[in-house]
Amino acid sequence: MSQSSPVKLPLVTPVRVVCAVLLVAPFVALLWVNSYATLTPAFIGIPFFYWYQLLWVVLSALMTGLAYVLFTREERQRKAQRVARGGEQA
Amino acid sequence: MKTDWTALTVFILFFALVTVLGFMAARWRRGGDAEHLDEWGLGGRSFGTVISWFLLGGDLYTAYTFIAVPALIYGVGAQGFYAVPYTIIAWPLVFLFLPRLWSVARSKGYVTLADFARGRYGSKSVAVAVALTGILATMPYIALQLVGIQAVLDTLHVGGSSSFGKDLPLLIAFAVLAAYTYSSGLRAPALIAFVKDTLVYVVVIVAIIYIPIRLGGYGHIFHDAAAAMAKTNPATGKPRGAMIPGAQAQWAYATLALGSAMALFMYPHSATGVMAAKNRLTVRRNLAIMPAYSLMLGLLSLLGFMAVSAGVGKGVKGYNSQLAVPQLFEQMFPSWFAGVAFAAIGIGALVPAAIMSIAAANLFTRNIYKDLIKPDATPAQETKVAKLVSLVVKLGALGFVLGIDKQFSINLQLLGGIWILQTFPAIVTGLFVRWFHRWALLVGWAAGMAYGTYEAYGVAAPGKPGSHFGGSSANIPAIGQIGYIGVTALVLNIVVAVVLTLVLKALKAPEGVDETTAADYTADADETPVSGDPEHGSDVIAPVTT
Repeated sequence: MSQSSPVKLPLVTPVRVVCAVLLVAPFVALLWVNSYATLTPAFIGIPFFYWYQLLWVVLSALMTGLAYVLFTREERQRKAQRVARGGEQA
Repeated sequence: MKTDWTALTVFILFFALVTVLGFMAARWRRGGDAEHLDEWGLGGRSFGTVISWFLLGGDLYTAYTFIAVPALIYGVGAQGFYAVPYTIIAWPLVFLFLPRLWSVARSKGYVTLADFARGRYGSKSVAVAVALTGILATMPYIALQLVGIQAVLDTLHVGGSSSFGKDLPLLIAFAVLAAYTYSSGLRAPALIAFVKDTLVYVVVIVAIIYIPIRLGGYGHIFHDAAAAMAKTNPATGKPRGAMIPGAQAQWAYATLALGSAMALFMYPHSATGVMAAKNRLTVRRNLAIMPAYSLMLGLLSLLGFMAVSAGVGKGVKGYNSQLAVPQLFEQMFPSWFAGVAFAAIGIGALVPAAIMSIAAANLFTRNIYKDLIKPDATPAQETKVAKLVSLVVKLGALGFVLGIDKQFSINLQLLGGIWILQTFPAIVTGLFVRWFHRWALLVGWAAGMAYGTYEAYGVAAPGKPGSHFGGSSANIPAIGQIGYIGVTALVLNIVVAVVLTLVLKALKAPEGVDETTAADYTADADETPVSGDPEHGSDVIAPVTT
């Protein structure tokens, strides 16, 4: 069990900070309603308010996906590190 | 009004197909001990990425998606679009805590969120509070699914003119649903979800391309919608709606989106969908690919404006906006495809209704029956009780449908959302730290529930002064803006819990025993067997999909 392992890996890493930014960005963008509550510019006849939010569906999906890839890769490395340094399976 | 036989035949054929699938599901991927609640209530905790994706999508994007969101946009315009930011921010939010929830549930054999609350805080009363809230919030949500089926049946003009005859097709649909949920458990909706989501995607893609072509393009649709929204509603003396949220409405828009996103995975049926996943990677991978459904929801909601532009319900006094989308389909599509679209809505209601009743049954069985009534219940007895309760829950939902104003069924779900949000502090903070005192959580929960219900009671439906539960937004004290009641209640809940925790800690009140360890929150399927139940620990069932 990792909890009983004597090796402590840092809780905050650059990768984790990037992941946090990727995950927090949609909140800031979408909860700040005043930044996009406008009709223009329209796109193929769809007012800005609507297409902007639909665009964020795609952006947010890409960002969450990227966070997933980065985080999973780092977790795999940490696991390997724990095993190497602690000599115990995490 | 004439019954459209082609559409009705297609609808009935699809309905028959999923009924057969529902009963066949009992034999699908059957593993381990059939008597165990893990089998009936969590599909043996064996679902891989593909099944989980369909199951969660089928679970979370319900008839509510198809009927109520476009109906709200049809009714008031921009304000109804909050469902889009809601589903966008839901995924990054749950990305943070759901893998931990899955791990601790797997590690300790938890079936419900209330199981977790009991284990973490050593408190049956917190568990019962979470369980009761879950059951209470799920009832109107199941009712919403019934409203969805009803809207389709109304559009198809099936059912007699007497009040019993009118409800008969709905009763038949629900009897069938109840029967295969009873016999197959979570496997039934998991299998039917494949049909449901395929139909939904086909219908949505066709609708957003074909209908605008027939209506003269998106520019034309939004032009018509803007004109309709600007017209004064004689009942309220105000414009019908707006194309963008005005300065007065932006707090409500943002808090509705945030509150709904936070509430999403506090619902018992969402948690059930997650716990049924076979390993931690499946959970995380799913959260990364779930936003595909958000795109579908966003496109779907534009159907509300299309219905306005197509003149659906125009000039009908007291028009039921829940009928806007089915009638738009009826008006725009050839009969056979309208039948496919109706089947998508109908089946889209059955899948979540089944999962919700299973989740509510799991809650009752684990946290009320087993914890309070019969602590020595065997797994076989648990399964038996859960199956029976799944029937009772559905009957309760029927009561909701017959008893409450259907004009905005979305408000039913929002009232449930206000309640379920009050379990957020206990569950989500509990997944990371055990700082809160169990009694403080309980009092905070009670304060949030009471405040939320009281405020919602005071909201009159538009144009009906003196009516109650007409909406879910009210004045936020101290800020002076209109906002989602659920979020205000949650803030009150947290403040009460924090203050009381500090007081109780100072008084050294007994904290209760935490049965979880730090490692439980990161455990995965290949390293930790389910405690006390080794045959459920490893993946004895090979996945059929890869």
